[in-house]
Parts: sequence; C-alpha cells; structure tokens
Amino acid sequence: MKTGLMESTCVSSQSKGQCPLSQNVANSERVLSLLGGGSLLLMGLKRGSVAGLLGIAAGASLLYRGWTGHCHLYEGLGINTADLHRGRPGVPAQQGSRVNCALHVNRDRQELYDFWRHLENLPQIMQHLQSVTVIDDKRSKWIARAPFDKTLEWEAEIITDKPGEVIAWQSLPGSQVETAGSVHFKVSSTGDGTELAISIKYNPPGGRIVTQIAHLLGQDLQAELNQDLREFKQLLEAGEIATNAIAPEEGQTHKPVMTSLKVEKA
Amino acid sequence: MRAVSWHGKEDIRVETFPDPQIVNPRDAIVKVSLTAICGSDLHLYTGRIPTMQAGDILGHEFMGEVVAVGHDVTNLKIGDRVVVPFTIACGGCYFCKHDLWSLCDNSNPNAWMVEKLYGHSPSGLFGYSHMLGGYAGGQAEYVRVPFADVGPITVPEGLSDEQVLFLSDIFPTGYMAAENCQIREGDTVAVWGCGPVGLFAIWSAYKLGAGKVIAIDRFPERLKLAREYCKAKTLNYEEVDVFTMLQELTGGRGPDSCIDAVGSEAHGTTLDAWYDLAAEKLMLETDRGHVLRQVIHSCRKGGTISIPGVYGGFLDKVPIGAAFGKGLQLRMGQTHVHRYLPRLLEFIREGELDPSFLITHRSSLEQAADMYRIFEQKQNECIKVVLRT
Repeated sequence: MKTGLMESTCVSSQSKGQCPLSQNVANSERVLSLLGGGSLLLMGLKRGSVAGLLGIAAGASLLYRGWTGHCHLYEGLGINTADLHRGRPGVPAQQGSRVNCALHVNRDRQELYDFWRHLENLPQIMQHLQSVTVIDDKRSKWIARAPFDKTLEWEAEIITDKPGEVIAWQSLPGSQVETAGSVHFKVSSTGDGTELAISIKYNPPGGRIVTQIAHLLGQDLQAELNQDLREFKQLLEAGEIATNAIAPEEGQTHKPVMTSLKVEKA
Repeated sequence: MRAVSWHGKEDIRVETFPDPQIVNPRDAIVKVSLTAICGSDLHLYTGRIPTMQAGDILGHEFMGEVVAVGHDVTNLKIGDRVVVPFTIACGGCYFCKHDLWSLCDNSNPNAWMVEKLYGHSPSGLFGYSHMLGGYAGGQAEYVRVPFADVGPITVPEGLSDEQVLFLSDIFPTGYMAAENCQIREGDTVAVWGCGPVGLFAIWSAYKLGAGKVIAIDRFPERLKLAREYCKAKTLNYEEVDVFTMLQELTGGRGPDSCIDAVGSEAHGTTLDAWYDLAAEKLMLETDRGHVLRQVIHSCRKGGTISIPGVYGGFLDKVPIGAAFGKGLQLRMGQTHVHRYLPRLLEFIREGELDPSFLITHRSSLEQAADMYRIFEQKQNECIKVVLRT
C-alpha cells in the first residue's frame, strides 16, 4: 500500500565511521540486554549443566552488549538502533513493524473520512488505543495500551489530509513510540460503498525484540487491527457486533455509539 | 432448556442448557415447535467438519414461536409463528444487498478462523461448527436468532408446521440447485442423490421448465419417492452403469445440467470410490469426490453443474481437464435462503407442493441420539427426521 510518508523519513545513519566499540544499540535495548543477560547468567550458574554453561555464555555476551552499547552481531548485519528515538518524526525505513488492513464498508466515503478525521473517535474502534486528544488542527496526543498493563504515549501530527481521500499522521520527535499511520478512502469501483486501506507502523522502545515479546503475550497487532476493523464494519453495516453468546455478558457494556457517525440499521 | 448437543464422533446427547436471552438489539428468541435433522448434520455426526466443540448445540432447520424480541426488531411480535433461515445474514453488507445472503460479511463472529481456510468467510450458520459462527443450533427448546428483522418469515394461518419447516433449508436448497442449472424449456437434468435436497431439486427442476429429470441413488425407498412423487426417471447406480444409461437417455449427448446433491460423503461402486475411501482413511483428502467426478464425466458439453451437496475441505482427483475440455460451468454454494422464502412459501400456500411428503420419521427431541443413528445408517427407510420439542 502506498502511504507516501514512510519512504520520506530518514534512513538510519550508517555513515558515521564507527570505531569497533561505538554504540550501535539503543539505550532502551541496552537496559533489556542487561536485565536479560543478568538473569541468564544467574540461571546458568545455578544449573551448572551444559545448558547452564550456554546460559552463562549467552548471559555474559548480553551483559557486554548492554554495558558497552555495542553489538557485534548488529555490526555484522549493518544494523544500528542507537540513533533511533533521537528526535526524528515518524518511523525510519526498515524499522518497527507495520500492519495493514483493507476492507469494504457499505457507507459513503465522506462520512467515513469525517469519522476518521475526528481522531478522538479512533479509540472507539481500536482496542489498543486508550485515548486520543486533539491539541490543535494538526497535533494530537495518543495513549496506547502496552504489555504488562503499561501505557505508551506520543504526540502525533497530521502530515497529509485530503478531505474524503486520505489522512496520514506520524509521531513527533521525542515521542516514547515512533509511529506513523495512514488511511485511504476510495469509492468502490462498483459505486456502492467505500474501500478503506489502513496502514499503521510502530517502532516501540526496545525495537523488534519488544514486538516479538508482545506477540508472545498474545498482543498481535495485525490480528487485533483486523478484528477491530471487522467490528467497525459490523457496527456501520449491521448496527451491532455479531456474537454467538446466548446471554449478555456480566456487566456487558455495548461499544459506545460512535459520536460523529450515526449508526444506521440496515 | 433441553437441547441436542455434539460430544464427538457419533456421540449425540440430549442435555439441559441455560435458556438463551436477547443479547443484541436485532435478536429474537424463538421457542422451537418443530426441528429436523439435516443430511449435513450427519457430516457433524461422523466428525467430518472441523472446529466442533463438545457441548455444541446442533440443528439448523427449525421453526417456532417468537417469545422475545430486541428493541430494533419491529417486524416481528411476540406470538408470531416463524420459520428461520439456517444462514444468518445482516441485510446491510455488500453481499446481502446483492441478494447473496449466505455470503454475508457480518454474521460470523469467528470469521478469522474460516478465513485461514477459505480466504474469506461465508455467513454464520446455526449449529454448524465454530468456524461458521459457533451459534447454538435449533435442535433445542429455545434459540437466540440474530438479525431477526431480516431472516425469519412469518407463517400464515392454515399451514401446518410440517408443511413449512423445510423452508429453513432443504426446500430453498433444492430450489437454488435447480435455479443454478439455468434450465431452458425442455432440458434434461440429472440429479445425483435422492435425499431431501435431491427430491426438492427434482421438483424444482420441473417447475423451472425441465423436460426430463433423471434421478440417481441406491436406496429403493428414495428412488421410489423420486419416481412416484417427483415424476423423475430413476437409476440405481448399484444396478446399472450410470454414465452409459445417461447417454442412452439423452441421445448420447449427456444431460444438459447435472446436480450433485450428495456432497462430501459420496458412496460409489467404481475404482475411484475405493480410492477416496483409502485416501480419506490416510487423511490425504477430507471430502470424497466420487459423485462430482461422475457428474463432470456425464454432463453434456457446455452444460452446467450445480452443487448443493456440502463440501468442507479438499477434494482429490477432480477431473478439471474434463470440466475444462467440455466447457462446463460449475455453480455451487450455501443457499441464499432469504432470497427464496417468499416465493417458496407462496408455492406451498397455493398447494403446488406439500414439502412434508418426504418425512419418514417423527420423534421427540429427547430421542435425538437414536434418530441420528437411524438416519446415518439409513435404517427403516429413513429419509427425513423431524423432532417435536
């Protein structure tokens, strides 16, 4: 999908002549390396078997990586995460993880655009978002749910806005999370309804390792986005979210009725 | 409430469950008066459909009385007698708007499961596996019916439950099978399988202008109904060579359209039928394709093949070369029940057909386990079982 913004952001800098021990690991990753390395080392020492020895070795190398901020593997692979999170908008190319979703909604294009342009609506349809607060015409403050009941915050600005066609946004320098996203609206070629193409990119602190951990914890952003948008479509086309439940769940709260987009019954 | 539940291969029980309640604004609760066991329920009984869970309530052919409605259901009122389509459809998506109700985008809460298998999800169904929605089925005293404002059809006074129950599935399914044949006046249509869907397909083919319908099965009682009630020419595939006979009956050209009303549990007497059994035992295929192969082989060049028989997974050795070489059209899919309900109810009202002609077994919900066994083993000339609650 064409988003037009990822490509224009900076490419991670590989050009500084790196001395062998220059930092190429981001600080957040260094902390994780220190923690992980330490626990592996302790586990290895406790066990004392062959696996234990391997644990000691792996733990030690992680500790080294965390302490010096230099990773030989990254050097070999030409990766440098140290320069990330240092005051650049959006998400650098080749970094973070991207989720895409395309769907057809049997509703008017302008109506859907208006709903999305009102960014405060987004937490109504995206379960990983806690809130979006609009600061001014361009800027907004986002709070998202993260693993271990933590939250992540960032400020974003709208970088493309073509009414009825496309909205794109990206995080501002200094954010906890680097993120960018876009949504394109197109009248379906058959004339009925609108085709939406959504793309969101995240580069959480800790990089891909954290994304993988989140995945293991069952927080799979792609699956979550698919389900979110499926329910969004159901609300707009069917007026309710399909369920096979035979009784209302205890303390069930229906999803809030969308404020700026009237939900009509089919 | 009492309901029929699935507990594994050939393990059907009647158990007590909590009564369903209104969950969504477009729901209704139907108190079931009459329900049936469908041939496709036997695919569940024999453990052929994936994503079933112990304790799932079965049944997708049911009717009864509306006892509660959600606040968005304005077309039904408490006390209405309704027949409920087995396909659940929202009425608002692209597919519903295009009269393709069984392909509804919004009625399967477990769409992600079947998307992995099929690429996209068809509509949710009552009592037919979790990948198709995980909805509690109609072989029960009460059923929660979602999107009740677009599905159930109110039954006029003067028609018995037995006359209208089959509007829920098999009558529309047989009718759509015939419609998919694109019959021109005088055409010859061959129908494999004289179970309820096959019988309704024979009747519907004549209704839509067929000059001759040839019905194929091996059970004498089914062939008798096809011959005597539905006026088909019948062939017993255990006694004659089907291909040869079909060519003889059509001047060597083959039937203009062929209907596979058997689906994935086909039986046969030829080599490929044994191949299917072996492949299935070795888990090399999930569906037995013997009938479909014979259908493709027998159909005239440029003819149409219509498949109302249920296939769920993968089919081996499909003669796609023959289908291509003969320029065949294949049309298939779950029935768009909503599309046919008013039309078919009218046929029944005008007395053109009394669908209850094929009921052979009448029993109570409590006897469901026995009735599944009898139906599966085709004991006592069993063709169609209805259960009173």
